[in-house]
Amino acid sequence: MDCLVCHEQSGKYKKFPTACGHPAYEEKNFGGKVFEPVDLNAVAKTVGKPGLQNCGVCHFFGGGGGGVKHGDLDSSLLSADRDLDVHMSKEGANHTCTACHTTINHQMAGRYYTEKAPLEHSMAMPEDYGNRISCESCHGSTPHETMTILDDHTAKVSCQACHIPRYARGGISTLMWWDWSTAGKFTEDCKPIVEKNENGRPTYHTMKGDMTWAENVVPTYAWYNGGMEYVTIKDTLPKDGSVEINRPLGSYDDPESRIFPFKYYEGRQIYDAGANRLVYSKLFGPKGSGAYWSDYDWQRSVEIGMAESGEEFSGQIGFIDTAMYWPITHMVAPKEDSLQCAACHARDGRLASLPGFYLPGRDRVSWIDTVGWSLFVLSIIGVMIHGLLRVVFRMARSKKQ
Amino acid sequence: MKRTIYMYKGFERIWHWLQAALIILLLLTGFEIHGSYELFGYQGAYVVHIQAAWILLGLLVLALFWHITTGEWRQYKPTLKNLDKMVRCYMVGIFLDEPRPYTKTPETKLNSLQKLSYLGVLLFILPILIISGLACYFYNDLQAWGLSVGFGSLAILHTIGAFLMLIFLVVHVYMTTTGHSPLAYTIAMITGREEVPEDNRVC
Repeated sequence: MDCLVCHEQSGKYKKFPTACGHPAYEEKNFGGKVFEPVDLNAVAKTVGKPGLQNCGVCHFFGGGGGGVKHGDLDSSLLSADRDLDVHMSKEGANHTCTACHTTINHQMAGRYYTEKAPLEHSMAMPEDYGNRISCESCHGSTPHETMTILDDHTAKVSCQACHIPRYARGGISTLMWWDWSTAGKFTEDCKPIVEKNENGRPTYHTMKGDMTWAENVVPTYAWYNGGMEYVTIKDTLPKDGSVEINRPLGSYDDPESRIFPFKYYEGRQIYDAGANRLVYSKLFGPKGSGAYWSDYDWQRSVEIGMAESGEEFSGQIGFIDTAMYWPITHMVAPKEDSLQCAACHARDGRLASLPGFYLPGRDRVSWIDTVGWSLFVLSIIGVMIHGLLRVVFRMARSKKQ
Repeated sequence: MKRTIYMYKGFERIWHWLQAALIILLLLTGFEIHGSYELFGYQGAYVVHIQAAWILLGLLVLALFWHITTGEWRQYKPTLKNLDKMVRCYMVGIFLDEPRPYTKTPETKLNSLQKLSYLGVLLFILPILIISGLACYFYNDLQAWGLSVGFGSLAILHTIGAFLMLIFLVVHVYMTTTGHSPLAYTIAMITGREEVPEDNRVC
């Protein structure tokens, strides 16, 4: 990180993709794009407080393109209307990132990693929770004006769960599925293949494999206490051929957990099939270096990647299905667009598979319902028969007379 | 020969019909919240359910006060007297046009079987519904007071109470047709005046 990338306001300070954080100091070419040398003097004269663009220039493009990693952070936020994001929109609160991500001596306040959700649902001030931010920091824990039952929900439901009904809403699709196992195909005359969808997003790329993109995505919900469990290269993977690389920690019974929305980002990637572990593979380098994007040989790219990072490798590669949970916390919708009760309080609602608790509208004890409705129907049949008998006996009596 | 008796006082009638409307509304919205069907929409059902519940609770407090201060609570004093005869009346006598084993008067409106079933509602079904309902509504506060009871258990108890109330309602509505004419009891509960046949026979 340098000073300029966060503070310059000219928009002309661009880093060169392979220069390890440096901009182009002379005219350079990358992937068919020309990078002009940056006039550092002119750029330095524009420094100011960081705006959306300063943060977004990195965080909107993580993973090599817009919306590849985050589902709730992309460049559509630069010109967001209120429907997309009430905080960052000009017609909304017109906040920059630093309105929430406050700093003390350049230490940014974040939200994730190992911190817990605020236990007391009061203002989450730095002295209580460290430099962590939450919606409650500004809104408090009882922000709903009309229905107190909504304030009761804050004990178990995060603000984000209802107030971000979908993510990737700004017109930029986000990557949902990345299949590395199909990478490395070429045309008959040995040219790389790039197939794109109607939005110009690659659905196949020789370097990367198959990809699936989506907009307006319904989040995946999980119990979350602010902590994540990660599978690292040291961990042996489960034997069923798939692994969640990270997993939100928490449960209904944990008072620090809430229901939280996530982008469930799936893929298939190379791994050490002999030792049943994740691997480092060498992707980028000149031809002959063993880099996958030059030589297209997974075996060599993993051997070199593991050797260079000092990890053991069994020599046997394979592909494994992986998934990641990316927390959804930006793109907060206007209150009138937040989720309605029945989105979750329904038999097949958004929380249909969230375990550990009784949710009215979703759950029931089926035998009690069966017995209850049966007795209801039987009681109706019973009184009808009783009434019919009264009529029949009376008719018989009047005939006799 | 028939004569007309002033059976139900004004408060009793208003209390009865208001309570009936509230209980039907609570059943309708409650089973929607339970997920049995869609009628008001979940939010509508919830809002109506809570408001109806508070009004019913207020009404029950008023009714309790009325019954205590007027001495009308004695109407519900349970008795086993004639219980066997009442069972026989509804199982056999009602079909054979036998005289009833009791006489309904403003002082003793309820027969022994009625007393038992209304006491069942008052002392069993209503407490189940009210206690589990309040506990669900104030669940967060319950937790804060350190009372650990599962929300699911409360909701299930509330559902059981609702089914019992529903079945009571079916039988109760049917029983209103057993006066000397099918609508005699209903009209009495509306106007307060009930036509009683001298020979005390059922319809």
